[in-house]
Amino acid sequence: MKRDILYGVMAEFKTPTELVEAARATEHAGYKKFDAYSPFPIEELSDAVGFHKNGVPLVVLIAGIIGCLSGYALQYWISVIAYPINVGGRPMHSWPSFVVVTFEVTILFAGVSAVLGMLALNGLPMPYHPVFNVPRFALASKDRFFLIIFYSDPKFDLASTTKFLQAMGPRSISEVPG
Amino acid sequence: MSEPNKVESGLVQAPVIEPGHTFATVTDQISSIVLTRPVSNGWVFGFGLSFLLTMGMLYAIGYLFIKGVGIWGVNIPVGWGFAIVNFVWWIGIGHAGTLISAILLLLRQSWRNSINRFAEAMTLFAVSCAGLFPILHLGRPWLAYWLFPIPNTMQYWPQFRSPLVWDVFAVSTYATISALFWFIGLIPDLATLRDRTDNRGLKIVYGMLAMGWRGSARHWARYETAYLLLAGLATPLVLSVHTVVSFDFAVGIVPGWHTTIFPPYFVAGAIYSGFAMVLMLAIPIRKFYGLEDFITERHLENSAMVMLATGLIVGYGYVIEAFMNWYAGDPNEGFVLWNRLHGPYALSYYALLFCNLVLPQVLWIRKFRVKPFWLFLISLDILVGMWLERFVIVVVSLHRDFLTSSWGMYYPTRWDWMTYIGTIGLFLSLMFLFVRILPMISIFEMRTLLPEAEVKSE
Repeated sequence: MKRDILYGVMAEFKTPTELVEAARATEHAGYKKFDAYSPFPIEELSDAVGFHKNGVPLVVLIAGIIGCLSGYALQYWISVIAYPINVGGRPMHSWPSFVVVTFEVTILFAGVSAVLGMLALNGLPMPYHPVFNVPRFALASKDRFFLIIFYSDPKFDLASTTKFLQAMGPRSISEVPG
Repeated sequence: MSEPNKVESGLVQAPVIEPGHTFATVTDQISSIVLTRPVSNGWVFGFGLSFLLTMGMLYAIGYLFIKGVGIWGVNIPVGWGFAIVNFVWWIGIGHAGTLISAILLLLRQSWRNSINRFAEAMTLFAVSCAGLFPILHLGRPWLAYWLFPIPNTMQYWPQFRSPLVWDVFAVSTYATISALFWFIGLIPDLATLRDRTDNRGLKIVYGMLAMGWRGSARHWARYETAYLLLAGLATPLVLSVHTVVSFDFAVGIVPGWHTTIFPPYFVAGAIYSGFAMVLMLAIPIRKFYGLEDFITERHLENSAMVMLATGLIVGYGYVIEAFMNWYAGDPNEGFVLWNRLHGPYALSYYALLFCNLVLPQVLWIRKFRVKPFWLFLISLDILVGMWLERFVIVVVSLHRDFLTSSWGMYYPTRWDWMTYIGTIGLFLSLMFLFVRILPMISIFEMRTLLPEAEVKSE
């Protein structure tokens, strides 16, 4: 694949405002495959890079429902079928006393799925990524903001894309090897 | 996010971050504590002392394993003793961490950003200390796994109608979710440490823990959602945990336990003692690590006000408890109050009222809310008071119940004390290690508080 030679072109900005504007301009210019990196979450940025389908809430909802049902089923099965204990003729299926554990198991499933779902959808853990080849990218976790246009973008052309990024006044531009 | 540095409606409040900081200075100052700051003698001394206490605890536990719970002061009628007092005390302390990290996040109290990380660490370590006690108290601690529904050859299963089993689920879920919440909050900061360190070995360790975090906008969006959902899940969870702990008592029929005020009163007490512990940790930390710019007077004052408010709820609990003892007309319930006021443990009840109800009222005066020295002492007083409260609930209720023939006294032994003080040592040792190994203030959340973090629209 050609990706082996080049992964994309990356521009470095100094403020979050510059980055968000650059991302909007990139989308406006017709680029589809690009990404932005920042040292902290920027609300406007995910919209600017065209990210709209966030799958995390659905994962958490499904896991929560599974947790709720399995928590209750576990208690029902144990208390009524597998290990019934008759205490003074009280009902085996004493649902009010099952509420607490059902609730806890719901939270447990939903919470674990929020973390694992977020990591899985983000494709993490991923110890190696081409962007780490850019030495200045270490600042992406400190105080600099980066925009990358991927080589895989149909509109990508090294000369014109570099020129496009250059026009936005970045602090530096680097080619990201694949 | 609201503007945290704004002066609010005539009241001059201390800022959340002292002015003049940038992304770079915030990052450098917090990460340098971990990466470049040399180990000080004070740290070595503090850690050494805590570690010594931890060793004392391990000795006491080792002896317990050999001899059994008979080495403790527990016996009939007081079968719970220190183990349950300490369990409730520690788990209550943990609650403030979750309150700060989850509930204040949902309420958009951005001042929390500089204290949530170590408050969450505090939660985790406090829950670890708490979790030890019920297991040690089992008598045969190696059978602790019987509490979980694990298929076994005896075809035995737990009794789900018992609050003690609810407690197992509540506390283990709480420990798991707290650990996840703490870890997910650490990921971006671990990436910062990975990028900042020059040490190859550390780079690999932090790199592995950061899991290749690179701060992509798409990642941040999912991350923020997951973090918010986790906060939303942790909020009812934390309230449920101490509610379930209070069910351990309230579902029983012992006079002094069987009351409906327990769940809210336990939760308020938990937050009360938890904030006291947060302050007892924050005050020395900000001083010794020069973090007054990040943990400002504002944080101290807000925490003090939370203590004042929850302290009043706890006080309301005391009043209602006493009122119901009288109003219920049950002679055994009425005796509980008499026994607290005039019985052999009366001193602990008076001390508890003084520590929890009387002394903290000085927090109405601003000076005591912002002066670290006084706040430290008041926090210590509250922690002692809340421990006494659990002592009164557990021991004083149990030692004289319905039948005079079954009355008895409870005297803690040196092993009780060694285990208890040892867990304080364990807690502090873990805190000492934490402040050296991981960023104790959330760096990325601090960046969002800076004025330059705002995206200006044209």
